[in-house]
Amino acid sequence: MPDLRRTPIYPAHLAAHGKLVPFAGFELPVQYTGLLDEHRAVRQRAGLFDVSHMGEIVVRGAGALAAVQRLVTNDLSKAVNGQAQYSALCNHEGGILDDLVVYRRADDDLLICVNAANRDKDFAWFSQHLVGATATDEGEDYAQLALQGPLAEAILAKLTRTDLRTLGTYRFTAGEVAGRRLLIARTGYTGEDGFELFCKPSDALDLWNALLEAGAPEGLIPCGLGARDSLRTEMKYCLYGNDIDDTTTPLEAGLGWITKLDKGDFIGAGALRAQQAKGLSRKLVGFRFTGKGIPRHGYPVLVDGKPFSSVTSGTLSPSTAQPIGMAYLPPSHGVVGSQFEIDVRGRPIPAVVVKTPFYERPRSWTKVNP
Amino acid sequence: MAYPKDLQYTKDHEWLRQGDGKTVTVGITQFAQEALGDVVYVELPKVGEKVTKGKPFGVVESTKAVSEIFSPVDGTIVEVNSPLADSPETVNKDPYEEGWMIRVEIAGAPEPLMDAAAYAQFIKDSAH
Repeated sequence: MPDLRRTPIYPAHLAAHGKLVPFAGFELPVQYTGLLDEHRAVRQRAGLFDVSHMGEIVVRGAGALAAVQRLVTNDLSKAVNGQAQYSALCNHEGGILDDLVVYRRADDDLLICVNAANRDKDFAWFSQHLVGATATDEGEDYAQLALQGPLAEAILAKLTRTDLRTLGTYRFTAGEVAGRRLLIARTGYTGEDGFELFCKPSDALDLWNALLEAGAPEGLIPCGLGARDSLRTEMKYCLYGNDIDDTTTPLEAGLGWITKLDKGDFIGAGALRAQQAKGLSRKLVGFRFTGKGIPRHGYPVLVDGKPFSSVTSGTLSPSTAQPIGMAYLPPSHGVVGSQFEIDVRGRPIPAVVVKTPFYERPRSWTKVNP
Repeated sequence: MAYPKDLQYTKDHEWLRQGDGKTVTVGITQFAQEALGDVVYVELPKVGEKVTKGKPFGVVESTKAVSEIFSPVDGTIVEVNSPLADSPETVNKDPYEEGWMIRVEIAGAPEPLMDAAAYAQFIKDSAH
């Protein structure tokens, strides 16, 4: 494999017989024991993911908050320091350059977690368009581990003095885990409760091992990219490059909830306002097959028998045993209950638009925001 | 990895078991099921359909990949392993017995395939 990069967890992936594949320029495990086992572990107990490939861009300066506000679609003024916010970065036409999470460490210090494949592009965009603040690509300074699942809090609590019970969803804090200073964020990409730990690359492998050891009694296992993908698909979370890219807008992608057109001007806002005024010509929906088969990325989507788009994500949902997927449909066909077809190797398979997320976790105690 | 000695093997990782007379049973190998990962869907032809050597007769899907299954022989399907439709994971658990896929009545004389030793060597060689 040409010039693939390795994360600090690579030795552990090898030791645990992870099946390594190229992903966004990194050599990462697609699975260890099996995708279904790993998926279920996260839904029922806990799983540990190496997400060190993710990029980190830090924006600093007295004008950092205002400068980032002018580049992203969500309204950062609605978050407080210590809070993370999901957002999108758009070009002038409203096309999505990346989807990202902004961690508001301070008004003048924002940590932005970006997709690995977009890191260079995003950094160039920030550098070029930030006014009154400076972007630094700090991807080399961070490794990232994601501990996800209903038992994540119980496991992490064994290794930290930080009071996790008062750390609400999408909140984060500096802390110590297994004696290593790092950033503990209650964020994730699985739909479960859980944490993402931003640590020093030199601490990452020890942390990985400490977490797996601490979580062994709870059934914590290492999980690969395969389970990460099926977990996020069940939640209808977008994957950049599959469901969204610079030819799709956040409004079309069902990301209107992170697109605050009334917050003031930001790059792409004009185009997005115009699109909203005109009305959408397509929208990203969740669907399931009513018959047998599994929808896959790239399969043609047939509306009234004619090709309209293609499946952006698809899998057999491990939690519900249903064949599920995501695709762009005309708004007239994008309502729950609408029927259309997917061309599966030459055969039209009936599909129906369904409510998303495809999976909802059993209700538990609401997390308290401090 | 286990490759039973009484079976013959193809480069596409199917196995063939010689039955009585002109009937053979076909499935996918241990190597194939491990490479695929968790099998979640198996699409098989119907009894009476013709299969052609080297041509796909079905599809096996895992959580992460779709893979065609190729017929090692020319002939007519006489039986399919229908329970796989409801329990595709059998292909992972028992690829050589319960996880069989089709039984074919061969048309003409079968050409020899790889034996277990040759197949094991083939996998070893293709790993490089």
